[in-house]
This record gives sequence, structure tokens and C-alpha cells, in this order.
Amino acid sequence: MTEKTSPTSANISAAPQDSPRIAAGQPAIAGGEVRQAVIIGGNRTPFARSHGAYAQATNKDLLTSALNGLIARFGLQGERIGEVAAGAVIKHSKDFNLTRESVLGTSLDPATPAHEVQIACATGMEAIGGLANKIRLGQLDSAIGGGVDSISDAPIVFNDAARAVLMELNRARTTQDRIKAVLKFRPGHLAPEAPGTEEPRTGLSMGEHQARTTHQWGITRQAQDELALASHHHLAAAYDRGFFDDLVTPFGKLTRDNNLRADTTLEKLGKLKPAFGRFLGDEATMTAGNSTPLTDGASTVLLGSEEWAAERGLPVLADFVDFETGAVDFVDGKEGLLMAPAYALSRLLQRQGLSLQDFDYYEIHEAFAGTVLSTLKAWEDEDFCRDQLGLDAPLGAIDRSKLNVNGSSLAAGHPFAATGGRITATLATMLHEKGPGSLGLISVCAAGGQGIVAIVRGR
Amino acid sequence: MAKAPQTDTYTALVNQPLGQKIAGALGLPRPAVLRRYEPGQTLVEGSVLVLGGGHAADEAAAVLLDWGLDVRRQSAPADRYGAVVACYDDAGTPADLSATTLQLGAVQRKMGPSARVVTIFRDPLGSDRPAVRAARRGVEGLTRSLAHEMRRGATANGIVLGEDTALSAPGATGALRFLLSAKSAFVSGQFIPVSSDAGALPRDWEKPLAGKVAVVTGAARGIGAAIAATLHRDGATIVGVDVPAAGEALAGVVNSLAGTALQLDITAADAGERILAHCAERHGRLDIVVHNAGITRDKKLANMDAARWDSVLAVNIESQLAMNRVFLAATGQGVVADELRIASLASTSGIAGNAGQTNYAASKAGVMGMVSATAELMSPTGTAGGGTINAVAPGFIETEMTARMPMATREVARRLNSLQQGGRPVDVAEAIAYLVSDAAGGTSGATLRVCGQGMMGA
Repeated sequence: MTEKTSPTSANISAAPQDSPRIAAGQPAIAGGEVRQAVIIGGNRTPFARSHGAYAQATNKDLLTSALNGLIARFGLQGERIGEVAAGAVIKHSKDFNLTRESVLGTSLDPATPAHEVQIACATGMEAIGGLANKIRLGQLDSAIGGGVDSISDAPIVFNDAARAVLMELNRARTTQDRIKAVLKFRPGHLAPEAPGTEEPRTGLSMGEHQARTTHQWGITRQAQDELALASHHHLAAAYDRGFFDDLVTPFGKLTRDNNLRADTTLEKLGKLKPAFGRFLGDEATMTAGNSTPLTDGASTVLLGSEEWAAERGLPVLADFVDFETGAVDFVDGKEGLLMAPAYALSRLLQRQGLSLQDFDYYEIHEAFAGTVLSTLKAWEDEDFCRDQLGLDAPLGAIDRSKLNVNGSSLAAGHPFAATGGRITATLATMLHEKGPGSLGLISVCAAGGQGIVAIVRGR
Repeated sequence: MAKAPQTDTYTALVNQPLGQKIAGALGLPRPAVLRRYEPGQTLVEGSVLVLGGGHAADEAAAVLLDWGLDVRRQSAPADRYGAVVACYDDAGTPADLSATTLQLGAVQRKMGPSARVVTIFRDPLGSDRPAVRAARRGVEGLTRSLAHEMRRGATANGIVLGEDTALSAPGATGALRFLLSAKSAFVSGQFIPVSSDAGALPRDWEKPLAGKVAVVTGAARGIGAAIAATLHRDGATIVGVDVPAAGEALAGVVNSLAGTALQLDITAADAGERILAHCAERHGRLDIVVHNAGITRDKKLANMDAARWDSVLAVNIESQLAMNRVFLAATGQGVVADELRIASLASTSGIAGNAGQTNYAASKAGVMGMVSATAELMSPTGTAGGGTINAVAPGFIETEMTARMPMATREVARRLNSLQQGGRPVDVAEAIAYLVSDAAGGTSGATLRVCGQGMMGA
């Protein structure tokens, strides 16, 4: 690689370790060594089913609250954080600086920069991973990554026909032109368009896409309901033993995720009618019980260098090791919409020299029970691993007792951009309890046929 | 932070010209607006008259001069007094009380609003001679009665010196300053025992808790939030603790005080360890613990169920016993200060009892028992660490909780004390802040009432 770079870029990229010009402690970006990016802790709001407990709260309210809880937990009042990155999948155009505006509403030093990130449901993971890389390179000493979403605060927009008239009215210079434009209004123009979860290129909802994938991989209704049941029971047990005391700060009237059904049973889940893939008739398996509902909530994760954490007496839960983004061609049906993590993982494992079985915990985001089970089945499948991933042997099965052990999105809910922060902070806490060197894997699928996988190592 | 009413409507009304006239004509109570502490405030407004012929009077005069006050040893016709310090430390028989007491009475009408009378005398139990003990108990009686007679927000309290404790001891000087100051606005008819030379006066009276790390339980709202704010004002770093369900309010309090929040149910088996670990990791030390968290589950005993009884006892007293065991066991290991200061919230309900509160009164009387026994453990001759432990027993305090009482009950309750009004959360907080300061190092095992000399259990 060095041969290809120009002399100028060679000066600013990795210089030889023994170079006399490199002082000890020099940031990697200036020629020093790459360092660890550590996860110090996290905070999130309880998640609420949309149009319910948080119906009156905005994205900014939720993200500010999640930040406030993080600041209080770690005593960050007046602190200049290197950078805050977060985002929302569904947000108003007026919220173009949502994260910066939220930061300004907290007691953080107003000189804390902030930027928006957006890669659908993997937004939180991208925010956290990008910040971790900057810390590893020495560009940042501290950072907060996260995300927020509120379907209850979704922007309602005029439809395209109405917008055309409105823009014409805006451009009109004379009264005559204005009257002409106004006369083009039709009653139909008043029908607003709310944002949906439809894929723009296929017109199919995410659930309809997943229903096809679930069916292709032959995932049974029973298996999906069992995964949903485990998610609820695990999450309830985690709350009961105080696991979330240091991870969640109440918001409004909620102290726990209100999608959580601690008393649900396989019988109750079994009675639900299919909600997606009804065209499959008797073979439709995806219900409201084994799919995540639309959810409101926000999450944040505090990252830093080891020195930064030590100077402030802050805990170090885990290292954020690496992450990889994947995308698949789902438009013509070649691959399932939510299967990108299956591909990304193969590259990540190869890069880190790890096998799928090397992990102590697996956090696979439960967009749908079918997504988790299809992904796991793909990794076990010889043909898929050979033909799609180009591997000699399948990645293999995982020990299911290590999967989503404190519950996941089916129970907690899934405020799109907030899920990455929820998972990262939860997993870091689990790995810290497990002990130094323990390994955790994160997999989050996203709209647009994308997804992010990441590796976290306990401290 | 929770907003408590600044003053009740009635008090506001009778402090306006028309209201004053009407209340006067009808013989209704006329509660005064109490002078309360603000940083930078003059310690005493007006002169301070020091009465008595013993050592304490000389020592009092010296320390008051040191504080820049206008000190008088003799009353003069033109003087207006902000405080009178009446020293009875040399009283050997009740007849000895006469001179000082009559001089005190002669200047009572020359005292300004929110003035202070502080009596100084020795512990009655320190002498086994009947005449001496009678004289000392006599001072208690006259102080309490005088407190009832004080008007316009003025108070009367006493400092009870140990047999070998001089008023110049840090603890006695600290008690004198607290009782003279506006920090003791809602303390009247009370006695602060100072039985040792332990403790130290602060370098800066505006920041007596500088450099200290203080844990406050139940810090999310009400009195707990006021305690956290007051300790922070005095220089302490705050670790706010409250149940996870109160986390949002707790974050608000802590973020306004640049402290750290710990969401924790204090009845959890490992609560003490988790608090200690948090302090060790984040702040490297633990100097002050304020056991403020408490609950009420009121029912007459005939209707009391196990859930109500057990939860009140578990939260209000058992949790404190368990946490104290952990903190005291950790003294001398680098995190918990050698001079640990513990303050615990009792209640006048625990002193006088209150219908519907057998469980609450048991827990709060229990706090006073715990405090007196733990003080022995923490004493120089005790087995567990060093430092002090004291309790504060609030009377009627204007909080969100008392705001929910029925109007008539509330109106009666808040008038049933010498100051004829409810106290504010900050009044309790000031007493706590004083008791956890090194200037109160000579006081341990005591319960200080902050009740405006409430009639309940007086």
C-alpha cells in the first residue's frame, strides 16, 4: 500500500514505528500506534410502543433525555465531549441538526460538536463504530454515539402533487400567477403522506420482505414463537434482577419498555393471526407476536480512550473491536431484504481471524424472529456459505443459550436508530460481567438491504 | 428539582398591611417570614449580647468578635440585638440562673425579626449533685419556654456542653454558629449536645464541605433534592441515589449539581457495596452519607397488612442498618473517610407518634435508636471506624407530600408550632449540612428536631 501512495499522503498515513519524528503517545492519525476505543457505559429511555406513552414526545425530547441520563450517570456536566453522533430514521427536515440541538439542551459543554448519522435500523451501530474508529486513530478522546426514533413524532408531508402546486405558488411573482397556482389545488391534495416502512424500490413492507425470506429458509411458526417468548422472558428477568439499573433512565411515566410481556406464553403467541405474508396462506408464520412493533425511544453509548476514562475515574466495560457494513441485492429478489449481516459477518470474521463459535454472547437484533432464525440457518447452510459467502465450510451453528440472553427487540421494541445503542451498551455490560477477554457479536439488519455486524471484547 | 411552595398563602397574606391588621384584630396567628441563609449573608443582623459570668461567656465573646460581629457584654438603651448568647456554664444551683435570665428578659423586646437566643449550659447528667443537675435542667426549661415566647420568627435554642468541653471547642463553636445563623431558621426550642473536642472549623465558612464526597439517598425530589443542593452549595461532590423508577428526576437534580447519579433500590442486598464501589471508582472517596430515602404506607394498625408494615421498615430503617454495616466495615481501607459523617432522617412522628403511622413511627424511632447506638461504635472507644452519626427529625415541612394533605388538616398542622408555619425542605437540608460538617464533629448520636418547636412530642 505504501508504494501506491503519494509522498504527501505517506507523510500523514502510518509512518514506520521507528521513525525518529514520531513522539511517544502520538495519535495514530499522526503516525503513532492505533489504540483501543473503550465502551464506558450507556443510557437509554425505556422504549414505548408508538402512539402510546411517548405520543407527545419529540425525537429531540427523547434524545435529550437519554443524553441527560448518561451525563448524570457519568458526571459529564460541563464536559467537552470530542463528538456526539446520533440520528433518527424518521425525522422532520427541520431537525437537520437533531443531535447538535439535543446536545445544546443538556449540561454538556456547548463546545461539544455533534453530527447526524443515518443508515436505517443500523444507524446507532454506524454512529458508535465510526466514533470508535476516530478514537482508535487518536482524533477523539471521548465520544457519545446513539440514536432515536419516534413514529409518534413522524413528519407528515404533502403528497407530491400538492407539493408541486405549493412550489409553483412559492415561485409565483405576480398576483395572476399566484391565483393560477392556487386554482390548481384539488381536494386530493389534502391527503397527507405519512412515512411508512415500505421499501421504495419494491413497495413491499419490511414484514412482507421478511415473510418471503422466512418462508424460503423454512422457518417454522413454532421456532419463531419460541424465540419471541424467550426474548420477553429474558428481558423481564434482566429488569427484575436490576441489570438495567445502570442502563436505562425512566422517561415520562415509563420505567420499563412497555412492549414487554413478562407473562406471555407460547399458547398466547400461538393464537395470533399471521400479520405478514398472508399470500402464503396456511404457510404464513409471521405474526404481531414474533415481529417487532413500531416503537419510540432513544439510546446513547459513552466511548473513550483508556486514558480519558482513567483520568475521570470512569469504568471500562469493553473494547469496541471492529465493525463491518454489508448490503445485498434484494430488489429483484436475489437475496432477502434483511440478510446483509450474514454476508458482512463472513468478512468481519475473516479479517479478525475468528470463527463464529468464538463468542461468549450473540446479540442478533430481532427485527423479526424470522430474521434471526433465517440468518442463523444461513450460517449453518453449506450451499449458502459456499455459493454466497465463498467459504469452504459453513460458518456453523451457535450455542443458542448464548443468544440474546437479556432479551432483544421482540420484547424491548425497536425504535429504529436507537437499537444499536441499546444492544452495544447491553452487550458491553454483559461482557464486563463475564470477564476480560470475553467476546460478543452484534448483528443488526437494516432497510435498503443493508446491515452492520460488530465485535465487542469484555474488559 | 422539585419545587416546594415558597411560603404558604396564609403567611403571605398576614405579612401584607391589610392582612396584618385583620389577623391582629381577630387574634389569628401571625407567622413571620423567616430569614433564611444566602451565601455572603451577614451572620447576625444587629448586635450580639453575651450574658453570663463564666468561661463560656468570655469564649463566646472572643469567637463572635473573631467573626466580625458587634459584640456587647452589657446592654445599652439604644442597642438592637440580632442575638443573645446566655451562658449558664457556671450555674451551681437554680438560684444562679436569676441574674442572666432577668438580663435576657430585659432585652427581649429589643431583638429584631428572626433574632436568636442561644443558651449555653452543661449536660445535666454530667453532675450527680442534685443542685447542679437541677440548675442545668432548669436552663432547658427556661429555653423551651422562651422559644414559645419568641415573636417575629425569632428562635431560642441551647448548646449542651460536656463536662470537660469548652465553648471554644470546634464542635461547640460550630453549633453556636449554626444556631446564630439563618441556617437554623426552623429550629427552635432545641438543644445541640457537644460532648467532645473532636471536629474542626472550616477554612471557609461558605464552603464547609469543600473536597468532600457526599452520598444522598432519595435525592430525586423533595427534601432529598434540597439536601443534595445544599451540600453541593457547601462544596461537596454529590452522589445522588434513588430508585431506578425515579431516575429521570434524579438525573435532573444531579445534572444541576455536577454530581453523579446511581439508580439503586437501597433495600437490595448489595446496596451498600454498590454505593461504595461507585464512590471508589468515580470519586476515590466517601466522606458523608445522608440516609434520606423513606416511604410512608399509612394505615391504622387494625387495617395494617404485612406489605405496608414490612416495606416501611425495610426502606426506612433496615436498609440504613445494612448500609452502615458496609460503610463502617470499610473505614481505614482508603475510600471511606476516617471521620465518616452519617446523617439520617428521623421524624417527629417517631417522637410523638401519629395515628395511622405505627409502621412509619416504628421506623423513624428506630432511626434514632440506630443513631445513638452507632455513635458508640464510631466513638474513639468504639469498634467501628471513626466519625459521627446524627439524625434530623423534621416536623411539618412544605413538600409535594404534605401538599397532598387535605386542606384543613394541612392548615392546622402547619400552625401547630412556635413559628406558626411549615418549614421548607431547605430547613431540613441546612440542619443536615451542619451535622455532616467537621464543625459538628463534637456531636454524635443526637437527634436534632427541625420543627419550629412543634407541639407534637415537645
